Amino acid sequence: MKKLINRPEDVVREELAGIALVHAGRLVVHTDPHWIARADAPVQGKVGIVSGGGSGHEPLHGGFVGRGMLDAACPGEVFTSPTPDQMLAATQAVDGGAGVLHIVKNYTGDVMNFEMAADLARDEGLVVEQVVIDDDVAVKDSLYTAGRRGVGATVLAEKICGAAAEQGRPLAEVAGLCRAVNERSRSMGVALTSCTVPMNGKPTFELGDDEMEVGVGIHGEPGRERRPLTSAHEIVEVLAGAVVDDLPFVSGDRVLAFVNGMGGTPLMELYVVYGELHRFLDQRGVAIARNLVGSYATSLDMAGCSITLLKLDDELTRLWDAPVDTPGLRWGA
Amino acid sequence: MSAMGAGGAADPVGAAAVDAGVAVAWLRAFAAHVAARRDELTELDAAIGDADHGVNMDRGLQAVLGKLPDGAATGASGSTAAEGGRIAAAALGPLFRTVGMTLVSTVGGAAGPLYGTFFLELGRATGERTELNTAEWAAAVTAAVAGVQARGKAEPGDKTMVDALLPAASALRDAAASGASLAEAAEAAASAAERGMRATTPLVACKGRASYLGERSAGHQDPGATSSWMLLETAAAAIAGGHAADVSGGGGSEAAGGTGAE
Repeated sequence: MKKLINRPEDVVREELAGIALVHAGRLVVHTDPHWIARADAPVQGKVGIVSGGGSGHEPLHGGFVGRGMLDAACPGEVFTSPTPDQMLAATQAVDGGAGVLHIVKNYTGDVMNFEMAADLARDEGLVVEQVVIDDDVAVKDSLYTAGRRGVGATVLAEKICGAAAEQGRPLAEVAGLCRAVNERSRSMGVALTSCTVPMNGKPTFELGDDEMEVGVGIHGEPGRERRPLTSAHEIVEVLAGAVVDDLPFVSGDRVLAFVNGMGGTPLMELYVVYGELHRFLDQRGVAIARNLVGSYATSLDMAGCSITLLKLDDELTRLWDAPVDTPGLRWGA
Repeated sequence: MSAMGAGGAADPVGAAAVDAGVAVAWLRAFAAHVAARRDELTELDAAIGDADHGVNMDRGLQAVLGKLPDGAATGASGSTAAEGGRIAAAALGPLFRTVGMTLVSTVGGAAGPLYGTFFLELGRATGERTELNTAEWAAAVTAAVAGVQARGKAEPGDKTMVDALLPAASALRDAAASGASLAEAAEAAASAAERGMRATTPLVACKGRASYLGERSAGHQDPGATSSWMLLETAAAAIAGGHAADVSGGGGSEAAGGTGAE
């Protein structure tokens, strides 16, 4: 394992100390328990938005705290859910009197910890709604699994809900938009290499130099199949094909196309993937109305990418375009 | 094991009632057992989960040790007789609630809320009581297991903690109904949990991260069911009054999931 760290057990704490220094004045980083809030929280009369999850996916979620996106984020240990005491503290702190939305990725631990936090918050008289994001088409959604995993659509939901909350819309409406983004989004990823969790010290899974894991999860979970590594052109055919067929996305649709890096892939390659995606969608009559290309929901040092498509309408497009001012996404501000 | 004894936790034939002294001995034994088999639990989880169950449970239980009445984080049963008397007279509800909140805030993953809920519900069921007889203990454990099932939404056969916990609660109730001693009931519960744990091996996981593996999750013992067996085994040992950490025997050396996951 080669990493720029001191001791594996200190990585999250030291990362948060760095974030506090870099973004002083914009973010406040709380310790014991850990949570990150925008400096002006709570914003009176505005719906508060809290998300969170294991560390190792940066900039998700802490990098999306700020005006027009999240009010607070709760980082867990690497790839381990944060705990209800973190979520409760964050929820109490960002409640501006209009209620709080929790945006939760669909992993068993995240869902249970957020549910416990919501129970505790409601016991204290707070109004909390939760929306679970589950956009990954790689795994089966059935009664016999924990359901689809939450991946790229989380970034889009946090941005769009943050914009709606900033406009002063009520909690039920912001939560409804979150569900709409989730229902209209589909994603799938591929890994060219494994990630290495600092505490484990070795790659999470073995992958040959000439292999790729199609449908990988953002913690290195197995996907649909292992295949020989092939060209960007063919990889996009596989990923985008699965995504387009699932919703389905059809001729005449306008989409937000999100090419997400897993952490170890250069932007150069993500642009190549985007070009292939543009060609793929163009052939099917699907128009890219907005795009996002970069490493936003990462898996430590994994090489690879994911493709997320969101079927836009006028309202979602306006909310996507609204100003945002966070460490990870910033425009119009 | 016979039911002639009626003394406190130190009676060689077993405690007549679960009091805070027994509970503290149980928690120390559970922490010691998980610490000793931490890597084994993690390996079970690595096979079908995300390889953090042993590490997460150990971190949480070490934190619990720091919150126990005499504050010792060593896991040794070294409290004095005077301390033991003070602990034994304490209400059970607040003790179990403290344990539950500590686990919820330190374990993380899915095991944190599940084990946290077990102890929070145990605390709710016991309240201000200072001792529980066999039937009362069976009822309290049944309530705690129901809480775990509600939190995780797991059914029997989903290859989870519930597969060890539900048979244990049922065995406790049956033993209580047939007039068994507390020690006999606790022993029956531990045996039922062990059978339930072993029965998870051929199952296909339907909950947690292991569920994504589908058929590939079969052939591995579930790590959550394994730690749940440890919970019941150490309860039986603490009630029997012996040095509870000595519970080698069951366990599993091959694998399984349903607890992991962020």
